[in-house]
Amino acid sequence: MGTNSVNRRDVVKATAAGLLAVPALGSLTSCATGGDEDTKAEKGKKSAKNPLGVKENAALQAYIFNGGYDDKYARFVSDMYEKRYPKAEVDQKKTERIATQVQPRIIKGDPPDVVNNSGAEMMSISKLVKNKQVSDVTELLDAPSWDDPDVKVRDTLVPGVLEMGQFGTDACYQLNIAQTVYGIWYSDTMLRDRLETEYPKTWDDMLALCKKAKKKGVHGWTYPAGHPRYMFFSMYSMFGQAGGRKQLDAFDYLEPNAWKTDAVKQVFEAYEELLAKKYVLTGFDGKNAHIEAQTAWTKGKAVFIPDGSWVENEAKDTTPKNFEMRVGASPSFDKGDPMPFGTLYAPPGEPYIIPAKASNRQGGLEWMRMMYSKKAAVNLFREVSSMPVVKGAIDGMELPPGVKSAQQAVKAAGDNIVIAFFKEWYADLWRVDFDSVIGKFMNGETSVKEAMNAMQKAADRTAKDPDVTKIKKS
Amino acid sequence: MKTETQPATGGQTSGKQPSGRTRTSGGPAFALAIILPPRFTPERVRNDRRYRTLDKYRFIVGFLALPLLFYAVFVISPFLQAIYYSFTDWAGGASANFVGGDNYVKMWNDEKFWDSLQSSLLLLVVVPLITLVLGIFFAYMITAGGRHRRGQAISGVAGSSIYKIVYFFPQVLSIALIAVVWQQVYSSRSGLLNGLLGSVGLEGLEQRWLGGDYKLALFSTMAVIAWSFVGFYVVLFSAAMGAIPKDVYEAALLDGAGRAATFFRVTLPLIWDTVRTGWVYMGIQALDAFAVVLIMVPPHALKVTPVYLYERFREGQFGYATAIGVVLLVLSMIFTLIVMRIGRRDQIEY
Repeated sequence: MGTNSVNRRDVVKATAAGLLAVPALGSLTSCATGGDEDTKAEKGKKSAKNPLGVKENAALQAYIFNGGYDDKYARFVSDMYEKRYPKAEVDQKKTERIATQVQPRIIKGDPPDVVNNSGAEMMSISKLVKNKQVSDVTELLDAPSWDDPDVKVRDTLVPGVLEMGQFGTDACYQLNIAQTVYGIWYSDTMLRDRLETEYPKTWDDMLALCKKAKKKGVHGWTYPAGHPRYMFFSMYSMFGQAGGRKQLDAFDYLEPNAWKTDAVKQVFEAYEELLAKKYVLTGFDGKNAHIEAQTAWTKGKAVFIPDGSWVENEAKDTTPKNFEMRVGASPSFDKGDPMPFGTLYAPPGEPYIIPAKASNRQGGLEWMRMMYSKKAAVNLFREVSSMPVVKGAIDGMELPPGVKSAQQAVKAAGDNIVIAFFKEWYADLWRVDFDSVIGKFMNGETSVKEAMNAMQKAADRTAKDPDVTKIKKS
Repeated sequence: MKTETQPATGGQTSGKQPSGRTRTSGGPAFALAIILPPRFTPERVRNDRRYRTLDKYRFIVGFLALPLLFYAVFVISPFLQAIYYSFTDWAGGASANFVGGDNYVKMWNDEKFWDSLQSSLLLLVVVPLITLVLGIFFAYMITAGGRHRRGQAISGVAGSSIYKIVYFFPQVLSIALIAVVWQQVYSSRSGLLNGLLGSVGLEGLEQRWLGGDYKLALFSTMAVIAWSFVGFYVVLFSAAMGAIPKDVYEAALLDGAGRAATFFRVTLPLIWDTVRTGWVYMGIQALDAFAVVLIMVPPHALKVTPVYLYERFREGQFGYATAIGVVLLVLSMIFTLIVMRIGRRDQIEY
């Protein structure tokens, strides 16, 4: 090649020519939207012992969210599965990043068989439903339950599980396994012995209690400023109490001016007063804010914290033995409220999905059937002290104080259980918009009116956004 | 800092041209010659003047084909696909409908996008300035900022070799780690920063660095990004400064130039090319800022465009998200062009 004289210009020319040829090449490479071909799902013979027709030697893959619940409770179910189908192997993986790990595989058409779609990085379930990427699990709901062949799976579950999986259709796409009780959490010891008072049933009592606490050098409230959306956990049932189910529906269906009603104003003003009187212990504003705030609370620096029932497990290490953890329903404003004191925000949570193209879809359904067995429910409760959605699974068991009080709260609420569907349907509206609005509000940067307007604006934007799948009343 | 001085004349015109003015008609033979090594190529073809061109490009293609292919498949094709998807309503499903410029119209009217862009552009303008100025300053101190020692025209400040290593430390840490560490430092209740301020009696200056005021979160983010990249530029600029011949400095010294004059008249012009490159690179880093903001800052306090884009992805609005990505690409290109333009100077050879 000695006769060659190659200079830079030639190389650049050749490179440019090569790159210009790329668009042609790009059209050849398969695009990311590919993978529409049908994958054959493994199926076996149906029988009384195998009502879903699981292929006995088909491997099963499950992705579990690695959060406050860990994945031991799911391993229990996987072990059950392997015991029942000795030829099948269950490959259970745990991750904190469900979307990163699972979404590409769903798009490609090669998804795992069971996915615990949870955590801050969960996939948008509305989009999955819209894209037909999740299975309708009606087949499972109508199958005989694990413990009693005469009872269908759907009849063993507490109310709300089915509704939360429907997304405005007749089918069911999502299975929640634990009932989360949201509310105002406190220590009974603190209330009884240190403040010598009872849990406040009205907001006026709440303010009086906070005043009393302040005199004793304790803050009435604390909240994780780094995740200000925690405020929702105590506010939501108050919206219901002040405005009735009509108000809550208005949120869910993105109705115009849903966030500008007197009920919403009343709730915001209640918290504004709490802030103005400096009853709130603030300053937990990192990503670990919830742990910091909970620790301050278990150490007795604040009386109340808005939280969910996972707090008992999460704060286990810092909770003193005589703490006597309790959850209270949010106080009401006055007797004429459309919904009474005791109204409880207690939705089934910790969602699971069976991807539509799962190669062992029947196995995935069977895995969920086992998850809804009494045995697995009890184990779930033992592992994470959350209330399983299987009816009566933990009745008669010795319960830790927090769970016990949560169960009592559910019983006391009766029909007045409320569920924020918009939080599931329009995840961003809650996770991003509410977070930012309430964050500024709790910082004292915005007034009640500004916060309401900002929330309404966000809801309107969601309603108008063509990229957001709307869910209509079914 | 050698500049490319190779003349663009190219050897082929001056090379000895064989007598071949003969217009050979050998089409098939010529086509065959593309794959044949020279010694098997028929004499007739080899003497054709076109053969030289062919041989040359065949040579270039020979070593460029594979890297270009990789580049095309893993860099260019994703870009093109992203541009394509930005004109669709793709939601992660099996099909995507072409919607024309709808995503861009939506972006134009999307207040949240503009909010995020405002922070991102501020980062783009401010962070490179801070980082580069600090980097150049430290590098100058390390290479030429010290006292004059006997026999040496320039020398660094005492302990400069240690500084060089210490400055580089943040560069060794992964960006995720940096974000986590700084989040702890900024923590308003248990953080090092507020603790330090408190312990020296400056409680009044204690701040909610991340979760509070919006502008403060942006400022805190800028500080972290600058902190984590300064070390890299110290090393980069030290290397550039080290390449400047000592006699240039000696001449300046003889002419009576002080430290400031030496810096502005000698050092800075001679490393200008490196500064420009660094500027472009740092600008793109700042425009990104994804990891630091996502990990360190609570989402309600600050949003930068890449994080906003990421959230669109999370919500399954893939078409819209890629459209935002395309805008970011265009912005980085405009930024690069501007920097390359305003920084253009005659190149100095030494």
